[in-house]
Amino acid sequence: MAEQQPDKGRRCMLLAASTVAGGIATVAAGVPFVASMLPSERAKAAGAPVEADISKLAPGERMTVEWRGKPVWIVRRTPEMLDTLKKNADRVSDPDSKKVMQPKYATNEARSIKPEYLVLVGICTHLGCSPVEKFAVQAEAFASDWKGGFYCPCHGSLFDLAGRVYKNKPAPDNLVVPPHKFLADGRILIGEDATDKGAA
Amino acid sequence: MAATKKEPVVIEGAGPFNAPIGGLLTWVDQRFPLMSQWKDHMSEYYAPKNFNFWYYFGSLAMVVLVLQIVTGIFLVMHYKPSAADAFASVEYIMRDVPGGWLIRYLHSTGASAFFIVIYLHMFRGLMYGSYRAPRELIWIFGMMIYLALMAEAFFGYLLPWGQMSFWGAQVIINLFDALPIIGPDLSTWIRGDFVVSDATLNRFFAFHVIAIPLAILGLVAAHILALHEVGSNNPDGIEIKQNKNAQGIPVDGIAFFPYYVVKDALGVVVFAIVFCAILFFAPEMGGYFLEYNNFIPADSLKTPPHIAPVWYFTPYYSILRAVNENFMWVLRAGVVGYAMLILFTARGCLPKLLAAMVAPVILIAMGVIEAKVWGVVLMGVASMIFFLMPWLDKSPVKSIRYKGKLSRWAMTIFVVIFLTLGYYGTQSVTDMGTLISQVGTLIYFAFFLLMPWYTQMEQTLPVPDRLTT
Repeated sequence: MAEQQPDKGRRCMLLAASTVAGGIATVAAGVPFVASMLPSERAKAAGAPVEADISKLAPGERMTVEWRGKPVWIVRRTPEMLDTLKKNADRVSDPDSKKVMQPKYATNEARSIKPEYLVLVGICTHLGCSPVEKFAVQAEAFASDWKGGFYCPCHGSLFDLAGRVYKNKPAPDNLVVPPHKFLADGRILIGEDATDKGAA
Repeated sequence: MAATKKEPVVIEGAGPFNAPIGGLLTWVDQRFPLMSQWKDHMSEYYAPKNFNFWYYFGSLAMVVLVLQIVTGIFLVMHYKPSAADAFASVEYIMRDVPGGWLIRYLHSTGASAFFIVIYLHMFRGLMYGSYRAPRELIWIFGMMIYLALMAEAFFGYLLPWGQMSFWGAQVIINLFDALPIIGPDLSTWIRGDFVVSDATLNRFFAFHVIAIPLAILGLVAAHILALHEVGSNNPDGIEIKQNKNAQGIPVDGIAFFPYYVVKDALGVVVFAIVFCAILFFAPEMGGYFLEYNNFIPADSLKTPPHIAPVWYFTPYYSILRAVNENFMWVLRAGVVGYAMLILFTARGCLPKLLAAMVAPVILIAMGVIEAKVWGVVLMGVASMIFFLMPWLDKSPVKSIRYKGKLSRWAMTIFVVIFLTLGYYGTQSVTDMGTLISQVGTLIYFAFFLLMPWYTQMEQTLPVPDRLTT
């Protein structure tokens, strides 16, 4: 057989075509693996609303219930606690709750339906730790004129008694108010509201 | 196909045993590059003769890697990677499995030992300029090992499913949440759920026992192959290959086997003594190696009152916590100042052009994106900025021995700052701690970013032709 000169253009084209085809196939083969790491159907289904009995919650106390694997706090605020909210207005970064971290019906100074009852997802908007309650009005290591609220032990973010974040702290936003509604005989439903629009 | 014809292998000093052993080795060598590999990497790998204390930590890192793999295999035999059983299975290993406590403590102490050894190994590289040409790739592979090791430690820390495991993972995964646009979906994808859960634990287990160890082994092989290609650096930062004898052997080199194998064996013995003292008398190391809160099962509703990462992450954790809205102004000033410095003093057009284009982009981004994201960005950059060392160091000499006063001071201050940031990362947030972390963060970055200037300004010492002691 006679010596043939390789057709360089043809070779180049074939090389490019097979590289592109192989590359597409490789990426496509990666899709099911990447997709397999998404939340499973079971994880997606586990989001039902939860009911809590708040009839035994004393003024100035907090209770915690689990909703979608996260802590949800219900705080029954005393009039004194509600008074601190006005005083804190110039110390928190979003006093009027302009950023949507709450349903419409909780977009008020107390960030609640009934001022007495505060409902919050107890997860810091910084990196997801659960802040601890510091309800006593006293000098604290993190703030000398502390008016009561929540302190995040991880990175020191402070929240007042409406879950509003203090200025100049790592957390960017107020704590989330989940959709909720009051039921009859001292119970509350978290995860569903009167408008029944579902999750926040 | 017939075996490759090679010279018969003769072992000196084997006497009457030479025939059977030599025969076997010859048989193998004709089918596998046994003797050539042995020579390339051991008996005829010539390393500088003046390796000092700091050169123990490379081989020690290998020893700890093997320790972690072996103890890990035996732990997996009893550990159960599920949210319901994980915590109990670790306690089962500690109480009921014969010798289980020892294997578990070997693994947990080994994790901290790994980082101690790696940090000292990296410090050696920083001191003697082991990252400089032609060893850039060794350094880059090494940095990739360091990052993989941090990932390995992070994934492994979730497995005991204690309070610190859970909340540590929660915080670190939420770092990704801070990224604009893709953040929330990305963190959900990493968790495999909307909260840290069984799905998260299972995949972290897969990463910890299969994916990352494989990556580390591959990278270690690349690290050593690159090292043996160009040859080891030394405390003087001189290339010994530039001075060879008639046989082509570096005059200042000695064979790795037997000389450095014996020396490293001594290092392993001393290391083992220290390691065992910790293992048997203080495996928790006062809460630094195993945090007390991690002896409480994970509770998704309650964060422990004081949470901090394990000690080896704390310098970066301090940097993360240092960034708040006020500090953003300092960072903006820093970006402007650094751009000015480049514009007025850099040689060549490219750096000036880059500075003029990149600085405004960063400043605009700083205005648009919130402080939280920048904490994450700074933390990431702080751990990866070491990659740039080969190109930041412009000194005419490699080793700190011959660098000038500025470099010596810079390195001393950097070490102090690294340790200080590490200390404050273990502490609760206070105003003073935040201020010190912020100053520390600035100095940390100044060490790297100003390096091209201070390494060129200073008066260096004359470098000798031959190795000193």
